[in-house]
Amino acid sequence: MPAPTTALAVKDMRKRFGALEVLKGISLTANDGDVISILGSSGSGKSTFLRCINLLETPDAGEVTVAGELIKMRRRADGTAEPAERRQVDRIRSELGMVFQNFNLWSHLTVLENLIEAPVHVQKRPRAECVDEAKALLAKVGIADKWSYYPAHLSGGQQQRAAIARALAMRPKVMLFDEPTSALDPELVGEVLRVMRALADEGRTMLVVTHEMGFARDVSTRVMFLHQGLVEAEGEPDALFSGATSERFRQFISKERG
Amino acid sequence: MDIFGIFGFGEGGWGLALLAGALMTLLVSACGLLIGAVIGSLVAWARLSGHRLAGAAGEAYAALFRGLPELLVVYFVYFGSSTLLTTVAGLVGYDGFVGVPSFVAGALAVGVISGSYQAEVFRAAFLAIAKGELEAAVSVGMDRWLLFRRIIAPQVLRFALPGLGNLWQVALKDSSLISVTGLTELMRVSQVGAASTHQPFAFYLGGLVLYLAMTLVTTRLFDLAEARATRGMRRIAG
Amino acid sequence: MDGAFVGTTFWRLMAALPLTLEVWFLSVVLGGLIAAGVVWMRVGGSKPLEILARAYVALFRGTPLLIQLFIVYYGLASLPAVRHSLFWPILREPFNCGVLALGLCTAGYQAEIFRGALLAVPHGAVEAARACGMSRLLLFRRIVFPIALRAGLPAYSTEMISMVKATALVSLITLWDVMSVALKIRNDTLVTYLPLILAGAIYFTVNYILGAAFLSLERRLSPHLRPRPS
Repeated sequence: MPAPTTALAVKDMRKRFGALEVLKGISLTANDGDVISILGSSGSGKSTFLRCINLLETPDAGEVTVAGELIKMRRRADGTAEPAERRQVDRIRSELGMVFQNFNLWSHLTVLENLIEAPVHVQKRPRAECVDEAKALLAKVGIADKWSYYPAHLSGGQQQRAAIARALAMRPKVMLFDEPTSALDPELVGEVLRVMRALADEGRTMLVVTHEMGFARDVSTRVMFLHQGLVEAEGEPDALFSGATSERFRQFISKERG
Repeated sequence: MDIFGIFGFGEGGWGLALLAGALMTLLVSACGLLIGAVIGSLVAWARLSGHRLAGAAGEAYAALFRGLPELLVVYFVYFGSSTLLTTVAGLVGYDGFVGVPSFVAGALAVGVISGSYQAEVFRAAFLAIAKGELEAAVSVGMDRWLLFRRIIAPQVLRFALPGLGNLWQVALKDSSLISVTGLTELMRVSQVGAASTHQPFAFYLGGLVLYLAMTLVTTRLFDLAEARATRGMRRIAG
Repeated sequence: MDGAFVGTTFWRLMAALPLTLEVWFLSVVLGGLIAAGVVWMRVGGSKPLEILARAYVALFRGTPLLIQLFIVYYGLASLPAVRHSLFWPILREPFNCGVLALGLCTAGYQAEIFRGALLAVPHGAVEAARACGMSRLLLFRRIVFPIALRAGLPAYSTEMISMVKATALVSLITLWDVMSVALKIRNDTLVTYLPLILAGAIYFTVNYILGAAFLSLERRLSPHLRPRPS
């Protein structure tokens, strides 16, 4: 078996909002095909961590390397960090597919237009090719017949599946999921999780911030548990969920199960 | 004459005249807003009544006066009300022209315009009342008049306050058009001062500043009134 | 009063309509350009510029257009500095003064409409676009502008109609627009109402067409607000 290649590496990431230190130095390495679930109670910093990876939030310190390419940062005069090269950030973002809690589909575009928007205008790929690929992706997430709909005309579950397809349309190296099922009615969660499981099965590299314990245990290759801005426990799901490693994690899962 | 002389209150100074003009502006705008409130609530009531003819008439009124230049309405009301009064005077045996005072015509013109907008503000405010509250009032045995007085009117006023604040500003600005009828409100005083001192820039600028002061101060007052009127709602929310 | 008089009056008023529409169009365009600058100052992040932009909006929305118009037309012309400046050939023409005053005024209103429209763009839509790697320009062109346009259109339509009505004020600075021709006919013929009624009908029709045009544009741009296809 060949040595696994590193798709995404984060080193010692730190972030504070004012007086509140949200991330106190978090590192993570995702190899190709890894599905890493990031768990933690609200306020643990898990969403911030994900958003710092593609620089939707600017981390105060730390290194992010995507497919071997380090995102270059520099310091402003006041000491805060900023990306050194905006174009590099834009390019790397297009290699990371982000799925949001609230879908964030563009309301003025149809589902198909949502899918081809970035491939055509950011990646400058031929439109016809993008349309074909987009339709295939819509079929894959099970809403092929909805391509001409506007987001407002879809259910939450359908919108989130469309949003996943939109992220996939960029042919990303890594998929980032920020609590993709938290805004959904309970009966719609299943259809989204099924799509995510299918992506995991085909060997996609995924980072998933979630509250879905079942998904974390059954689908992910690794689980990371954050507590107050630090990695409290990390490992293979079986080992972690058996409860031997961390008392806090045991408390957390018993609470999550209600 | 220097700038302090012109705007001063001494001999040859226009300070007092300008302030009197500003007062007249406030007065005619306030009367206009009140007339508009009467017209506006009638039109809103017509549109909400469910009566088809009344509803259509109300809609036509609002559409018409929103589609006409304010200046044209001012002229029309000014000329029209005098003709009307002359005709009425003729009927009761008085021959000759009876002019309507420009204050009355001006307030009427501002009111007619304001009414077309206030109708929509009142209508939206009424529709914002929770249906359940009306049902609750009926269920405790309120008759229609009591329902209107105790439940509907206070809430409509509360919901309408922000919209009325805007329309007050509009009325204040529209009132400057009444100057074409000769009413000595702020705009007219500025014009007269500009002409007689040959200092148009100073006078129009002075008038502008006074208008701005009036809108800023009265807007603040409306904000305070709004804060007061929504006290209860905030207490519930907080 | 006979039909022929109605006819001639109507056509004399119609002959003045192009000037009314010209003042309207030019001032609206000028106002839009100024408004874009004001909004840019307002949301650009610089505190002094933001205060300046706020002051601009408060000044032009808080005072009557008539007095603004008179400041530009009578006031500026009385200043020797203006009379001897480069701008005098422009400012000596009442037409230009009318367009300038109306444009400055509508800019205050349009700036607030633009700003409101920008605020209506959901943060999530912007974030999703950034996450796709869109550059700032692309993000504005493809996501922010189209969404803001749709959000601002109803208020913009109202402002456009307000401006048609506002053009009647240029009758007070010696321009021969529909309003002033109506007053002239009224003065000359001593027929009190007909010229005003006909002028009113013309203004109303223009506004009606304008409103309908904006409504159809709104409908065409907003298929996502229509009911779900069956």
